[in-house]
Amino acid sequence: MKVIVPVKRVPDTAGEKKMDPNDRTLDRDAGEAVLCPVNEFAIEEAVRLKEQQGAEVTVLLVGPENAQPIVRKALSYGLDAAIQVTDDAISGSDALGTARVIAKALEGQEFDLVIFGNQSTDARTCLVPAAVAELLNLPSLTYARHLEVDGDKVVAHREHEEGWDVVETTLPAIVSVVEAINEPRYPSFKGIMAAKSKPLTVSSLADLGVDPEQVGSNAATATMYEFAERPPKEAGTVVEDDGSGAAAAALADWMAEKKFV
Amino acid sequence: MAEMLVLIDHTDGHPRKVSTQMLTAAKRLADAAGDTVAAVWLGEGAADVADTLGAFGAAKIYHWDSADAQGYVTLPQVEALQAALEVSGADTLLFASSNHVKDVAARLAIRADAGVITDVTDLEVVDGALSATKEVFGGDVITKCKVAEGKLAMFGVGANAFVAEESGGGSPEMVALEVSLSESATATKVTSVEKQASADRPDIGEAAIVVSGGRGLGEEAGFKLIEELADVLGAGVGASRAATDAGWYPHRYQIGQTGRTISPTLYLGSGISGAIQHRAGMQTSQNVVAINKDAEAPIFQIADFGVVGDLYQVVPKLVEELKARKG
Ligand SMILES: Cc1cc2nc3c(=O)[nH]c(=O)nc-3n(C[C@H](O)[C@H](O)[C@H](O)COP(=O)(O)OP(=O)(O)OC[C@H]3O[C@@H](n4cnc5c(N)ncnc54)[C@H](O)[C@@H]3O)c2cc1C
Ligand SMILES: Nc1ncnc2c1ncn2[C@@H]1O[C@H](COP(=O)(O)O)[C@@H](O)[C@H]1O
Repeated sequence: MKVIVPVKRVPDTAGEKKMDPNDRTLDRDAGEAVLCPVNEFAIEEAVRLKEQQGAEVTVLLVGPENAQPIVRKALSYGLDAAIQVTDDAISGSDALGTARVIAKALEGQEFDLVIFGNQSTDARTCLVPAAVAELLNLPSLTYARHLEVDGDKVVAHREHEEGWDVVETTLPAIVSVVEAINEPRYPSFKGIMAAKSKPLTVSSLADLGVDPEQVGSNAATATMYEFAERPPKEAGTVVEDDGSGAAAAALADWMAEKKFV
Repeated sequence: MAEMLVLIDHTDGHPRKVSTQMLTAAKRLADAAGDTVAAVWLGEGAADVADTLGAFGAAKIYHWDSADAQGYVTLPQVEALQAALEVSGADTLLFASSNHVKDVAARLAIRADAGVITDVTDLEVVDGALSATKEVFGGDVITKCKVAEGKLAMFGVGANAFVAEESGGGSPEMVALEVSLSESATATKVTSVEKQASADRPDIGEAAIVVSGGRGLGEEAGFKLIEELADVLGAGVGASRAATDAGWYPHRYQIGQTGRTISPTLYLGSGISGAIQHRAGMQTSQNVVAINKDAEAPIFQIADFGVVGDLYQVVPKLVEELKARKG
């Protein structure tokens, strides 16, 4: 079985985030960049398929040249190979543009299963996995909190507001996973060392046969044209509980005044 | 005169709150432009909700009364929407920005070469085109976005972005959609549905009040207290990742960066420190209350009302006080 895990380089959520006023994109050099934490759940699921069913796992990253440490980080979990798609023309792509690049990269590969994270921690659109599935005319089982692959059948528990749906289809398929699916392990020392020499293919849009007019900021069908930082919140009321119950009463008064009761 | 389409998100035959909120917003925008609003209802039961959808502004309902709409994953809804777009000629579609609906939007956008903006918190007309407000980086930055000219514009609307208001409309015109599903549309089957949510507590995504608990509860049983407080207020119950990771509460109730994003009128957190990843899911709440024994906890920086104290002292007293005020 061949599995591909698309991973994203994202700014560390805890780090400083600055918008670049010139091109209205995130200033990606302002804070530290990390492997999107949601992708760790996808990688863990792939590693389990490797251990249990001998799957061969490739990571796929669409991003700038300096994202290579993120690719190596993904490989350090014990994955087999990597593809990085790097091209200046990709910059400014919206979710659908990114999906077009990922779909083209996947078209050139053999695979049975593609495991996405359900979202990325920076863009959080959740659009990429289903858009890729559509572009490749494949079934998509997204938001999986549980996944089983048995022969050419795949079953997922798709999380929703009230619980989950049990859904099934046949391979090849696209899935995305939520963090409830597993507890990712840490990369081993051996894995970290081995990651340095795992095969990495770097492709440009021309290599993939993607028309640069189809991606990037010029092709984006959804664009941001203005931004502002959230104004800081005014300091609220703080009361200390002295054991008399006065603090709870004060809170209840405030809630009643605001008509929450 | 054009039509603005609103895809109605529904559960157990009832529109979710976000759906009537979207209709209200669509009606306001359509009125200003001399357009009309048409709802799209996919699945059984359109006739039963026609008057409700009409009251919130739908002049027409495109419906597809087929169990296939829910029996297979995503694609039947996409193909029914394609049929609705074709007969209506609409150039704008509003949908609920919730997980499963976003999949429908993503696939439809590829087929229709549309532009999609998710998690929209406001919509207005700027220079003759719709402009969407969307918060990014956990609400730290507020952006305005547009869909490219000439493309179908799809806006995913977050719950509570708009206030639902009836506009006194009559019975909408009912138009049955003709949908012939492609082969791939039935390739992914729903074999069973697990509903686990408590029927009498609102979903945290649309609840007006959300009460949540974190590691400070100390144990799973602590959520009994949180639920008790929630039930006095008619609130939904949420949790921090520390609490869901510990297995004290299911993951689908997690609020934050890798959980749900909520914008209730009141968020009340107990035993939650207010880590940046948690705030990313709740900082757009209109009012924030925090109960925490550590006066330095970051949650107090965004709290409108904070109580520094032991939640096991404060919350039971608060429940008593609230019950007394309810009479
Ligand atoms: C990639 C990533 C994604 C994440 N996504 C999320 C997410 O979606 N949602 C989320 O919530 N977190 C998320 N986190 C985790 C986040 O960083 C915090 O670890 C988490 O929010 C902490 O949960 P907590 O506030 O319940 O626990 P803590 O931070 O441990 O805080 C517990 C608080 O309870 C107080 N307390 C203790 N006892 C009492 C008492 N008796 N009475 C009153 N107060 C008491 C303490 O003073 C403390 O402030 C994520 C982290 C990462 C790295
Ligand atoms: N640039 C990218 N390269 C590879 N995978 C990506 C990229 N952007 C998004 N993804 C994948 O798509 C998932 C959903 O991201 P998003 O739609 O941005 O919320 C992520 O968890 C990744 O698996």
